[in-house]
Amino acid sequence: MLEGLLIGLSAAFSFTNIAMVIAGCLIGTFIGMLPGLGPMSIIAIMIPVAITIGDPSAALILLAGVYYGAIFGGSTSSILLNAPGVAGTVATSFDGYPMARKGMAGKALTIAAISSFCGGTIGAVLLMIFAPMLSSVALLFHSAEYFALMVVGLSAIAAFAGTGNVAKAVMMTLLGLIMATVGEGALFNMPRFTMGIMDLQTGFNFITLAMAMFALPEAIFLVLNPARSAQGESGKISGLRIDRSEARSIAPVIGRQSIQGFFIGVLPGAGATIASFLGYAVERNLASKDEQKEFGHGSIKGLAAPESANNAACTGSFVPLLTLGIPGSGTTAILLGALIALNVTPGPRLMVDEPQIFWAVIISMYIGNLVLLVLNLPLIPYIAKVLAIPRNYLIPFILFFTLMGSYIGQNNPTELLFLVGMGIAATVLRFADYPLAPLLIGFILGRMLEDNFARSMQLYDGVSFILERPMTLGLLVIAVLLVVVPSYRARRARARQEGIADGD
Amino acid sequence: MALDRWIALIILGIALAYGYAAFFTMDQSLPPFMQRNPIWPSTFPKVLAVLAIVTSLVILLGLEKPDEEPKTADIDYRRLTDYHLGQALLLLGLMVAYALLLRPAGFLLATGGFITLGAFFLGERKFHILLPVAALVSGLVWYLVEGVLGIYLSPLPAFL
Repeated sequence: MLEGLLIGLSAAFSFTNIAMVIAGCLIGTFIGMLPGLGPMSIIAIMIPVAITIGDPSAALILLAGVYYGAIFGGSTSSILLNAPGVAGTVATSFDGYPMARKGMAGKALTIAAISSFCGGTIGAVLLMIFAPMLSSVALLFHSAEYFALMVVGLSAIAAFAGTGNVAKAVMMTLLGLIMATVGEGALFNMPRFTMGIMDLQTGFNFITLAMAMFALPEAIFLVLNPARSAQGESGKISGLRIDRSEARSIAPVIGRQSIQGFFIGVLPGAGATIASFLGYAVERNLASKDEQKEFGHGSIKGLAAPESANNAACTGSFVPLLTLGIPGSGTTAILLGALIALNVTPGPRLMVDEPQIFWAVIISMYIGNLVLLVLNLPLIPYIAKVLAIPRNYLIPFILFFTLMGSYIGQNNPTELLFLVGMGIAATVLRFADYPLAPLLIGFILGRMLEDNFARSMQLYDGVSFILERPMTLGLLVIAVLLVVVPSYRARRARARQEGIADGD
Repeated sequence: MALDRWIALIILGIALAYGYAAFFTMDQSLPPFMQRNPIWPSTFPKVLAVLAIVTSLVILLGLEKPDEEPKTADIDYRRLTDYHLGQALLLLGLMVAYALLLRPAGFLLATGGFITLGAFFLGERKFHILLPVAALVSGLVWYLVEGVLGIYLSPLPAFL
């Protein structure tokens, strides 16, 4: 590990890479503050830039910096305006916004910055310890196990979508998989499902799909409902300091939530959003009676918990991405797409074949966290000014950047028509509460899933690999259980409730 | 019928068409040597089609009921006309126009026009600020894409 660290240090401390970290954090922070642009949209917008950089470690470092910056920027707008730009920072606004209303905006931002820093740093240490362990296990995996593991990942994403929504999440995943089969696959050399449209010969473009799924619906929502971008009165920002007793009370919260957040982030499908809500709930239950009353009215513990948890979870979500090549969240799915475009295949071989990429990313996580802290603490008063961009300018710019993002990758105006069409479809899906992240994850994993499936079919001359390889069978059973058990339990609980109601 | 079930019906239609293509039309063009393979190009789509049909039926028939009241989404589509629907549609139309005009009109003109008209539709009327901003942004982005990233974008209308 020490050797790896040294490789990483020498790679990360090049001038370009440090510039990338700083640029990424800055861009992420500023765009993340804009309500409605989450890390997913920002990373999707940044992908063309990252791809043109060419050097995969620099590109990944840039995108990781953007990711952190976006999460941090999102918490800024949650605290100041009660307008979380990112789902992962919704829990931050529960206590952050009341604090800002009480005139403690500066303190709230400081606590958020420090908790994010600790969460991210502890997460990076844990990543350094766990990723090599996981990837040495992963080297034992065969294509059949890969296939099964991806099925587990996809069904976990569906299962975490929440009770009552499992079928919708499964549906979206399947739709993503179906979209992935369009075009000419590497395996068969024949176009499939192109309906004779030349532009579909290469399949759907993933950047276009990412823009259409996330950035465009969000922009349309902003247009439809101006209240989403309503600008509250950003109170005066003063009193950045926190005193010793406050520091003592939030320290254990930060410690606990960093570790918990990391492990939640490792689970596929969970990610920063669930980690922050769960962290908030856990800390609320652990707090004493008096402190519990403060939660929701400006408790510093209630602010520190989701902030450290969501940053640690962001780091945690890199574990399955880097070691197994399976993205656990929409954001890491986009990162995976970017990596593949850069000719890097994340997976267990990554640490063996290209250790400099792996370690440079980890080192850059430390640097990224440090940069965020150093940049943001003194900049806090100025950062808030960005929120004053008038909506009339903001929305055309967001739309323009989504158009540019999908155009410059392909240089094909027809792509833009696909973008608008799929964006409208995505908006309608959002109206009906269909989750969109599973679609994108399904789309990205689809090719790999089919390749591994095809490879094991060819090796075993049929589907017998499912029965002959115990690990494959076990994983597939887990996948089925993940989807079936939550809805079964919900059904049973409902039946029981109805029974009680009848009895009364 | 709620919107989510209408969507499930549409997806069911897509899945049926997809399944029809996978089961009945794709294998006809398969060369004989590939027919000896254990896996055909249509194998995986067949599995997907079956799963998608089953899942869309589960949603359509409401077999899985949410155990709490459906949480109020941030926009209620039943009252869509209460929102700024006109503006949204205008902007979407503008995006389509941008896609169609990008080549013929050139990048600078199309982008400047897009930003100006977009802000105009949203209610911006201060043209002495808007026009310079739009011109500056389109010039800057063109420079970044063309000069820094090295991707060719034709800046001027096609006839120049």
